[in-house]
Amino acid sequence: MPSLAPHLPQLICPAGSLPALKAAVQSGADAVYLGFKNATNARNFAGLNFTDSQLKSGIEYAQSQGREVLIAINTYPQAGRTAEWQASIDAAADLGANAVILADLGLLEYATRRHPQLRRHLSVQGSATNFEAVNLAYEHFGISRAVLPRVLTLPQIEYVIKNTPVEIEVFGFGSLCVMAEGRCILSSYATGESPNTHGVCSPASHVQWLPKGDTLDTRLNGILIDHFEKDEPAGYPTLCKGRFEVGDASYYAMEEPTSLNALSVLPELIRMGVKAIKVEGRQRSPAYVSEVTKTLRAAIDAASDPRYSVKPAWQQALSKVSEGHQQTLGAYSRPWR
Amino acid sequence: MQLTLGPLLYYWSRQATLDFYAAAADWEVSTIYLGEVVCARRHELRTSDWLALGQQLCQAGKTVVYSSQALLESGSDLSSLRRFAKEGGLLEANDLGAVKIARDLAIPYIAGPHLNIYNGATLDWHQAAGAIRWLPSLEASRAAIVATLAEAKLPIETEIFAHGRLPLAFSARCFTARHYDLSKDACEFKCIEHADGQLLKTREGQDFLRLNGIQTQSAACHALIHDLASVTNVGASHLRISPQAQFTAEIVAAYAAALAQPAAATQFDWQRINPEGLVNGYWHGQAGICRKETV
Repeated sequence: MPSLAPHLPQLICPAGSLPALKAAVQSGADAVYLGFKNATNARNFAGLNFTDSQLKSGIEYAQSQGREVLIAINTYPQAGRTAEWQASIDAAADLGANAVILADLGLLEYATRRHPQLRRHLSVQGSATNFEAVNLAYEHFGISRAVLPRVLTLPQIEYVIKNTPVEIEVFGFGSLCVMAEGRCILSSYATGESPNTHGVCSPASHVQWLPKGDTLDTRLNGILIDHFEKDEPAGYPTLCKGRFEVGDASYYAMEEPTSLNALSVLPELIRMGVKAIKVEGRQRSPAYVSEVTKTLRAAIDAASDPRYSVKPAWQQALSKVSEGHQQTLGAYSRPWR
Repeated sequence: MQLTLGPLLYYWSRQATLDFYAAAADWEVSTIYLGEVVCARRHELRTSDWLALGQQLCQAGKTVVYSSQALLESGSDLSSLRRFAKEGGLLEANDLGAVKIARDLAIPYIAGPHLNIYNGATLDWHQAAGAIRWLPSLEASRAAIVATLAEAKLPIETEIFAHGRLPLAFSARCFTARHYDLSKDACEFKCIEHADGQLLKTREGQDFLRLNGIQTQSAACHALIHDLASVTNVGASHLRISPQAQFTAEIVAAYAAALAQPAAATQFDWQRINPEGLVNGYWHGQAGICRKETV
């Protein structure tokens, strides 16, 4: 059930489909975020996302249960096609979304002018990593919330919170972007398509799975991202999570396939005044959404108890749905510093 | 068309850095971008050193711009940037926080390539906020740049990143420190051992990327030397050359010669100057790693 205690952060869960939205609501999300079936969406994957009519019924359902729907229109409008992005903002307003999540300044300005009553959140793709950036968006576009990139340490997050009137949302669980979101064009360097321009990273259309006897190569636009021996579990060739050679070493030069898991620092995030905890994964199944939402719901509700500790059952539940079955505290923890 | 010298992306010794800029004072560049843009831990030159260097280059007739880090995280990152803004004048903003600082001080700024300007409305917003020049995102194609300028309603100068390894990504994590099994806080400043970054190859030996601390670059050198005709008629006023450990003077001279006399572009030994290879895919709307022959 949604959080009743006002000091607890909202739990914001992903939905790539109507069944996922229902799973999130039924599992205790305070809000669901989702996107249209077009290039305005940073998870613009085949078979995912919402048509206007699906969105209408999704919003009706969520709001009837007292939950919110946030619409992510968080790619960067490409010149000459800006009208498509503006039309998506208009549609979000018409459908009665609780807020839009935006990254592009021109689009924020459009939304502010055209739909001043529609709440605006600064997307993680907007790359605001410091209070000055957040306050700029507050002064010009009246944003009520900013989602921080997964690059800040806990003290850095607290420093932002202390210096801005804007609500701060951080990631609590999901696939880990090792790069600052909105500041990474590795995907277009390899394939021509990036999160900023096409709403995709290491797009499936450019992926090849090439078995060679007992082994498997994964390639992105022909570039070898990883090679798996017979008994190694093969993962999706996300560019920054492949194995490469640097000097004499062959290793995960940037990051292992792993998921962010902030359960152990939830009390700290709450104490600092984080207003919302986000779960990554609009490309994941309703079963994932249900499992993760239930677990995070239980953890957030327990986190204000001074005796809080991470329950083994929660860890097990999250481990099952983690990338490479590995989890990390990412930038929140010291080893990354 | 004016040539500019982009900010130094690598970590060189104090002497190597000062020598580089002493030489650059005589190069055919109108503008020199200074400052540490990658990692606040790099300290061979401190804020006051950069400001003093800027004064010398001003006296040599260069326009000096201080570039902000692309990932501004700490309070000290912000305070040293405020000092550059107050004492140095022109800023290149590579982060919205830097835009805020320039605006608060009412000083003009150059909207850097990491600000994610992909359309006319956003470009106009920056112009109204005080930007006097902009650099398109490094992944923008010629067609995208033309479309952005066509959509914009306010006049602004355009600078194109013309030559250099592409700064593709920024992270909280330091990949150079990771390579040496060191933590970022105790990195022993290993970047200083790699004057052009560290090459990252695929496991079948293809040059792919280049590790430069928290920044990831292209292994290859993005180069528009053979595309200058299509660069100049976009309406750009400035072309940026990005520093590398060797041959930067020759690269500047090559671009100056090619701008004066297009046939000169083919006279330079690029295999010697950039043995890592030249790419221009982004300019042509392809993957950045591609090379499209235009000569």
